[in-house]
Amino acid sequence: MSGAAVLSLRQVSRSFGPIEVLHGVDIALSPGRVHALIGENGAGKSTTMKIMAGYQPPSSGEVLLDGAVTTFATPGEAEARGISMIHQEFNLAEPLSVEQNIFLGRELKRGPFLDKRAMRAKTRELLERLECRVSPDRLVSTLSNSDKQMVEIAKALLRETRVLIMDEPTAVLTSAETAILLRQVRALRQAGTAVLFTSHKLNEVAEIADDLTIMRDGAVVWSGPAAEMDEHAMATAMVGREMSDLFPPKDGRPGEVALELRGLTVPGFSRDVSLTLRRGEILGIAGLIGSGRTETFEGLCGLRPATGEVRVNGQPVRISEPWQAQAMGLCYLTEDRKTRGLLLAKGMRENLTLQALRQFSRGLIDTRAEEAALDEAIREFDIRGSRAALVGNLSGGNQQKLLFAKTMLADPRILIIDEPTRGIDIGTKQQMYGFIRRLAAEGRAIVVISSEMQEVIGLADSILVMRHGRVTGELSGAEATEDAIVRLAMGVAPTTAGTAA
Amino acid sequence: MTDIARAPAARPRLGRIRMGVIGPILALVVLMAIGASMNENFLSWNNMTNVLARSAFIGIIAVGMTFVITAGGLDLSVGSMAAFVAGLMILVMNLALPSMGVGLPVVMLGVGVALLAGLVAGLLNGIFVTALRIEPFIVTLGSMGIYRSLVTWLADGGTLSLDFGLRTFYQPVYYGGIFGISWPIIVFAIVVIIGEIIMRGTAFGRHCAAVGSNEQVARYSSVRVGRVRLMTYAALGLLVGIAVVMYVPRLGSASSATGVLWELEAIAAVIIGGTFLKGGFGRVWGTVLGVLILSMIGNILNLTDFVSPYLNGAIQGAIIILAVVLQRESKAGH
Repeated sequence: MSGAAVLSLRQVSRSFGPIEVLHGVDIALSPGRVHALIGENGAGKSTTMKIMAGYQPPSSGEVLLDGAVTTFATPGEAEARGISMIHQEFNLAEPLSVEQNIFLGRELKRGPFLDKRAMRAKTRELLERLECRVSPDRLVSTLSNSDKQMVEIAKALLRETRVLIMDEPTAVLTSAETAILLRQVRALRQAGTAVLFTSHKLNEVAEIADDLTIMRDGAVVWSGPAAEMDEHAMATAMVGREMSDLFPPKDGRPGEVALELRGLTVPGFSRDVSLTLRRGEILGIAGLIGSGRTETFEGLCGLRPATGEVRVNGQPVRISEPWQAQAMGLCYLTEDRKTRGLLLAKGMRENLTLQALRQFSRGLIDTRAEEAALDEAIREFDIRGSRAALVGNLSGGNQQKLLFAKTMLADPRILIIDEPTRGIDIGTKQQMYGFIRRLAAEGRAIVVISSEMQEVIGLADSILVMRHGRVTGELSGAEATEDAIVRLAMGVAPTTAGTAA
Repeated sequence: MTDIARAPAARPRLGRIRMGVIGPILALVVLMAIGASMNENFLSWNNMTNVLARSAFIGIIAVGMTFVITAGGLDLSVGSMAAFVAGLMILVMNLALPSMGVGLPVVMLGVGVALLAGLVAGLLNGIFVTALRIEPFIVTLGSMGIYRSLVTWLADGGTLSLDFGLRTFYQPVYYGGIFGISWPIIVFAIVVIIGEIIMRGTAFGRHCAAVGSNEQVARYSSVRVGRVRLMTYAALGLLVGIAVVMYVPRLGSASSATGVLWELEAIAAVIIGGTFLKGGFGRVWGTVLGVLILSMIGNILNLTDFVSPYLNGAIQGAIIILAVVLQRESKAGH
């Protein structure tokens, strides 16, 4: 296989300090084939990709381009030789327009001036190829995540990419957007591009990948044609054990009412949201991205201006700041762990105790108590990674667990969890679902906001669906199906009898 | 980009911290060696205590500035504020003198006025920054102009001088001391120790770093972001008041030339000491090193005739720019 390979790694290892994170990885990308790289968070997928795209050198082993041993001094050098990487966090200049981004650093010129007409025409052409209907003049900051993804791909296309590497391209996309992306991937494959991508969505992998490499703990555990593995086998190989039921049993016994909203309105985002949440209950909030789910609950917790009636344990309350919400036992766990959840430039200990620092401080902070709390959190939430490392260096799943542990130190009685498993692997997901159900069993009232319908259905006792900032329906028990949620979320067809209530 | 910069794990970071720790200490040692080789009086007890006493004012202010910058803020108004507070203090003491007479009560009144005026001035800066959400650079640039103009107006374009008898009575606060260590040095030391404890050991210090590191994360973590910021400005104002209380007995006067470029020196000291200009990390002991480095440079210029002492401000300006460049290099290079 390596004979036909355009880009491959041979026995590549990579160490950070004394810790080796990749152990003798072999992987080969062939032109006109889509290669999926899967594994749990922290398995070494991102590092492997970065080495292939020239962002990091291997500590040992070889990178081969067209069969010849190569070293890329910079990502720019790799790019010049036809290898482009699209990062999980986009690498776009937000205040610039689509066109300016696509041509950033390689602007077309006519004499000393920019050739705007040619650049616009080329941008249009690229976007058309990608079925992306945004104007070249739009500012990137105003684009949705899927459109940003398309702009990234357009950028790569402009550079006449032979190898396109994508780190979790579909993590932030809706299913419709994912379908468009996968169509583009097929078109690239048709054109002879070698594509490498990671995903935690195994159905996508099964659908599109030709070749498959599965990693666990920094090493390749399986490699071969994707057709040889079904989703279940992939999950088992990734996790290294047989996967049992993903969701814990719904054995909650809802108690008295913990939270009541009447006509909660967050200007510009949601209108007239009412709900009742009981202790021991998990309430799922479904809806499309942009339906105002996050904003509604940020409004509830004092993170945005909001109006309406809020009762906590039957008492009417006013919340205009997050700390007031926390004082009432109400916490919001953000979907955005990197820019709202954790201080990436600080260590685990400082992050863990930030939200409940007062517990650790009698005048001076008791660092020994903090360390003990960190020990406890690492054990309870199964956080892996060096204690001395910066939180920004932890894998997504471990960051999410740390964020969870941090919020739980504040001991919320009512907890709102926004996208509890975004961008984390299936083994960690299962753990998170277990944690959440356990919290409910402890008598806490829980709201789970999620874009993954299976997650809402599998985890929640009942489900509210939002659309355009309003609650469009409530589903529970057998009526909670993907079909019913989609209908309410999209507002496409009249709802069936059972769901209107 | 950030993704790449973040990737390497713990070890390079430790290296950076160590370099950040050693850097300012090394610079100080080199400066002392240069000073000692150029003038045999440089390391004498008298010269050293003199350097320390003169740097105490800036030092006290720089400790407060460390908190403001760590929490992601900036205060350009401290020099003007010091001049205004000094002018106000002298004015009030002179006015109260006929009725109260020379003695402790009138000095206590002056001290009270200075501390209160400093606190209020700092609170005002803080309120504009937090409640009205104006960039700290703009707020304090504005208040810098306002206080500078107010002190000129109070002095009617000239100099406000403390009554001679009162000045003689008050002078020991600058010139006196215990065990040969003058009061400004002692007060500076106390402020540093308290500042270091607050920064490293308390929830407030941790909150300052969190707010400066990422305001959104702090807010989502139920930190009272506005209050933390406000308190850093208020504390800085109070420390300006304390610095003025130690400064007024030295010359016994205030004019529009008082405290000029103190903000430059204070901010430079903070940055040289390793506090991140963009906030998120600060250390008080580093600021002390920064203050000492700057005053030793000034002192060396005074003692030798290598470079004109008039160029002191230029050298300080160059050093602050260099320090920020080095800080960025060490952050980008890891």
